[in-house]
Amino acid sequence: MFSRRIDKSPYGYLFIAPFFLVFFIFDLGPILYSFYLSFTDWSGFNTPTFIGLANYERLLQDTLFFKSIYNTLIIWILSIIPQLTIALTLALILHEKFIRGKHLFHAIFYFPNMVTPVTMGVLFALMFDWQNGSMNKLLMALGIVEDPVYWFNSPFLSQLIVASILMWQWFGFNMLVFLAGLQSIPEDLYEAAEIDGANKFQTAIKITLPLLRPVLIFTMITSVIGGMQIFDQPLMIGKGPENSTLTMVMHLYEAAFVRYEYGYGAAIAYGIFVLIAIATAFSMWMTKLKEKKEG
Amino acid sequence: MKDYSISTGNTKTVSQLDAETKRKNRNSLLIKIFIWIMLILAAGICLLPFYSMLITSTHTNADITRKLLLLPGDHFIENYKRLVEVVPIWRGFLNSLIITCSATAIGLYFSALSGYGFSKFDFKFNGPLFAFVLATMMIPGQLGIIGFFKLMNMFGLINTYWPLIVPAANNAFGLFFLKQVADSAVPKEMLESGRIDGCNELQIFHRIALPLMTPAIATLGIFLFIGKWNEFLQPMIILFDNSLQPLPVMIASVRNQFSVDYGAQYVGIAISIVPILIVFALASKKIIGNVMAGALKQ
Repeated sequence: MFSRRIDKSPYGYLFIAPFFLVFFIFDLGPILYSFYLSFTDWSGFNTPTFIGLANYERLLQDTLFFKSIYNTLIIWILSIIPQLTIALTLALILHEKFIRGKHLFHAIFYFPNMVTPVTMGVLFALMFDWQNGSMNKLLMALGIVEDPVYWFNSPFLSQLIVASILMWQWFGFNMLVFLAGLQSIPEDLYEAAEIDGANKFQTAIKITLPLLRPVLIFTMITSVIGGMQIFDQPLMIGKGPENSTLTMVMHLYEAAFVRYEYGYGAAIAYGIFVLIAIATAFSMWMTKLKEKKEG
Repeated sequence: MKDYSISTGNTKTVSQLDAETKRKNRNSLLIKIFIWIMLILAAGICLLPFYSMLITSTHTNADITRKLLLLPGDHFIENYKRLVEVVPIWRGFLNSLIITCSATAIGLYFSALSGYGFSKFDFKFNGPLFAFVLATMMIPGQLGIIGFFKLMNMFGLINTYWPLIVPAANNAFGLFFLKQVADSAVPKEMLESGRIDGCNELQIFHRIALPLMTPAIATLGIFLFIGKWNEFLQPMIILFDNSLQPLPVMIASVRNQFSVDYGAQYVGIAISIVPILIVFALASKKIIGNVMAGALKQ
């Protein structure tokens, strides 16, 4: 009251200035510049000349681009369904009181998430090598298959292997997210249900799942955004038979940094951006829709 | 008579109840054992590829081709020698350390600086600018990659570490995380007393706010470190010189250069996983706790 404070607020701009400076130079600048390049025929050596919408017209006729969208979606679906199922099951189990050594299990299941994606790709490529891979040796020793399976000869199996890398890398993360959600559900809800005579299955369906909804939405949205951008692991596996494991970002990488069609690559980057925006908006809209129905 | 009948009735029910609870207990014990076995099996499957990798890296190529390997062999050194003859893997290790440590340090300092700025100064457009920062988190990483490559080329920064290190100062997640920390861990009164003592705003940040935010900064540091250590696409397009490349890029080239030398490839990926294993062993409680805490904030 008696000491009049000097307004220090403008100093705030100095504190946030470096962040925005770097953002404009290394982030927004390149994004806008890419947008410009997507209207040019830049191939790395020439000076970019403006060619209008030619790159985008080519993109809409590029069957390989549509194939890469399809591949990315298939791989995403193949990985997300078992991934969330396993994550939820393990989270429900590890939330039980009688389990000892919870931290060790958390650590084991989360560890693959920290390993370099490139390393994971190489490891799986080696493991599923049809002549030298340990997976075929193991399956034959267990008597599950007679002859070695030529994994990377089949489009579907190749996609399944890429999907299983992603599943293996992300189920532990999602498990921790679900566990956090479970821990936030108040204990007395379960006690009340027990008094009312509900069994374990009923409590899971009527209490746990509805209250986990916000957490489920969070994992869905993050996994859509992440799943549309997979690159490191499938690049190590290769394009696969009939380009079956060529993902959208791999297509971008090949156009720009292998064939040096940078202008076209920039157009692909914006195509991917639009698709991710649509996928994100769609998953948000889906969850909103459900909310209204239930509300 | 009445008393007697009631008491016999009671003993009957008690013994019946007893048998029932015993059966229930036995059933739930069986279920518990079943769940335990499933859990341990799941953990085993989860770790199996790593085990297989370590074991296989110690065998000759001939054995890798012929047999299912379950126990360690004695050819690790030979495989390792063939690997380092062609790929300077330790150089890559050192490069990764240089890039990752400097990027993490820069990322932490500037995330703290800007997070503190958003938290403690009520400047005009504080709210909209912060919302803008959050919105940038939704932009996919490769959107500007081609413009990034060309701009860095024009600045003459291709084949240097600058384009990999300096952008770390612009980490929206770090800013968001440390703004929340500054909101709760740095009381305004302490800043006021610093001002009365005649410190300038930057001194207040360095001497008062930064020490109070240190535990959270350390936590964020682990995540920034791991993220940067695993980065692949950016260093691959920015660095042409083999001797400048970080570990993930070298691992990818091991895959291309040793197409039939499986022993050497296994040694390469084992070398790239071990440091992560060490970091994780030291900080797993912190990492896991923060993944879970982060999930609830969203």
